[in-house]
Amino acid sequence: MKYMLMIYNRPGFVESLTDEERKYVFGEVDSIMAKLTESGELVGGQALADPSNGRTVRLSGGQVAVTDGPYLEGKEQFVGYLAVDCESLERAVEIAKSWPDIRLGGGLEVRAIMDEAGAEM
Amino acid sequence: VTSSELPAVENLLREAAPQVLGMLVQRHGQFDACEDAVQEALLAAAVQWPVDGVPDNPRAWLLTVANRRLIDAIRSEHSRRERETALALAAPADALLMPAPGDNASAVPNDDTLKLLFLCCHPELSAPSQIALTLRAVGGLRTGQIAAAFLVPEATMAQRISRAKARIKATGAVFSLPPAEQRGDRLRAVLHVLYLIFNEGYTASSGTDLQRRDLTIEAIRLTRTLRTLLPGDGELTGLLALMLLTDSHRDARSGPDGVLVPLAEQDRSRWNRAEIDEGLRLVADTLTWSEPGPYQLQAAIAAVHAEASRAEQTDWPQITALYRVLSLIAPNPMVTLNQAAAVAMVDGPLAGLDLLVPLEQDERMARHHRLAAVRAHLLEMAGDRESALSEYRRAARLTTSRPEQRYLDLQAGRLG
Repeated sequence: MKYMLMIYNRPGFVESLTDEERKYVFGEVDSIMAKLTESGELVGGQALADPSNGRTVRLSGGQVAVTDGPYLEGKEQFVGYLAVDCESLERAVEIAKSWPDIRLGGGLEVRAIMDEAGAEM
Repeated sequence: VTSSELPAVENLLREAAPQVLGMLVQRHGQFDACEDAVQEALLAAAVQWPVDGVPDNPRAWLLTVANRRLIDAIRSEHSRRERETALALAAPADALLMPAPGDNASAVPNDDTLKLLFLCCHPELSAPSQIALTLRAVGGLRTGQIAAAFLVPEATMAQRISRAKARIKATGAVFSLPPAEQRGDRLRAVLHVLYLIFNEGYTASSGTDLQRRDLTIEAIRLTRTLRTLLPGDGELTGLLALMLLTDSHRDARSGPDGVLVPLAEQDRSRWNRAEIDEGLRLVADTLTWSEPGPYQLQAAIAAVHAEASRAEQTDWPQITALYRVLSLIAPNPMVTLNQAAAVAMVDGPLAGLDLLVPLEQDERMARHHRLAAVRAHLLEMAGDRESALSEYRRAARLTTSRPEQRYLDLQAGRLG
């Protein structure tokens, strides 16, 4: 099963970290990525730049409107993702639980990725 | 270049792969390094043969290239220990490994294939590792093809395979037939891996996923090969029959727009007659001499469906009886679901719904989309349109399969 682990945290989170916290975060991220590569579970993953570098596109008054910033305003933003191919939802949650953002004000949402395969019923 | 565009070369490579690997391991004893060497030879062949033409003796070609790669690997590994290198290279390996005159890539499979299957399906490995390693070492597929079939990056698949090989090495498993007392269990593990490979390919959406379709072909091919080695195993024959009878529905199982078509509504004239005939023959044969196991029973159920030229002619009492036996010898929630659907056809939808009650109490199953889908179907049969609608909707939310979701949404739409 493939899952996407969506990482949420406050914008500017990385800049606000102390050197020690930063070392912890990047050390943990490197170690988790290395473990997932080694186990053959890693499908992909990216960190996203600050929402100020992005645009939101949606329909507004019948017109396609482009605005600065994130799709959803909020204290926490979507800051990156990890895609894994693993045994079960429990395993995906276990991976999510080890992610360092959780200990520094962020959180993760684990979502199953839709499969193009299916059985007739 | 996909295998379907080059069937001749692909077939040669796949048939020769386990034989070449078997000979190398027999000679050098290092499964890990030998498997890498054969993979490199397969890659070289896949690039060169379509351009330069297939060599006169493809197997000898692969053997020579793999052997050279292996020696290169051994040489670099031992570069700091030259004495050992000298020892490893003392025997003229090429000469020992040369196939006898007249030998060619279509030579019959031998016990080496069996030993490789036992090794690749070692119980210490996880299912994804068993599958990946079996496809590469026994199936002769390249890492890129396997990665594409499972929709993961090639590096991820390569890592899964090397991890599996490291695990095998750590368990101390060797290239030999398991002792007689373990043979039965180990063979079940092999059959399970072949079944999983088949299912991965079969459930792929038709037309769009040629590489996954390849898995179905490969699973049938490997099961057929295994059967020539173990003709007396009833479950193995049952598995082959089950695969053929299931695969016979392939062209009828989805509509032109990719929507899944349930068995009862499939255009049976589009079922593959050759696969059905072979499957029926195998089922009939195995039931005469073998104690029926789970694969044989599932094949027998598929055979009853195959024998009905119209859905209304299906012998449901017979299918219900087979499910009853299956649920006794191999109880499993999925068997119960299918059994409930069959019982509903004989004793009515309420009898089917009764069978589902224990599953609803199971926390894991209660959230399973298949349970909701079967409940929806039986509730609709029972005339409870409103509950059926809400169960179809629930099933559509719970599934992680896009084609299944589409089918379930259509059912809900029909009622809503």
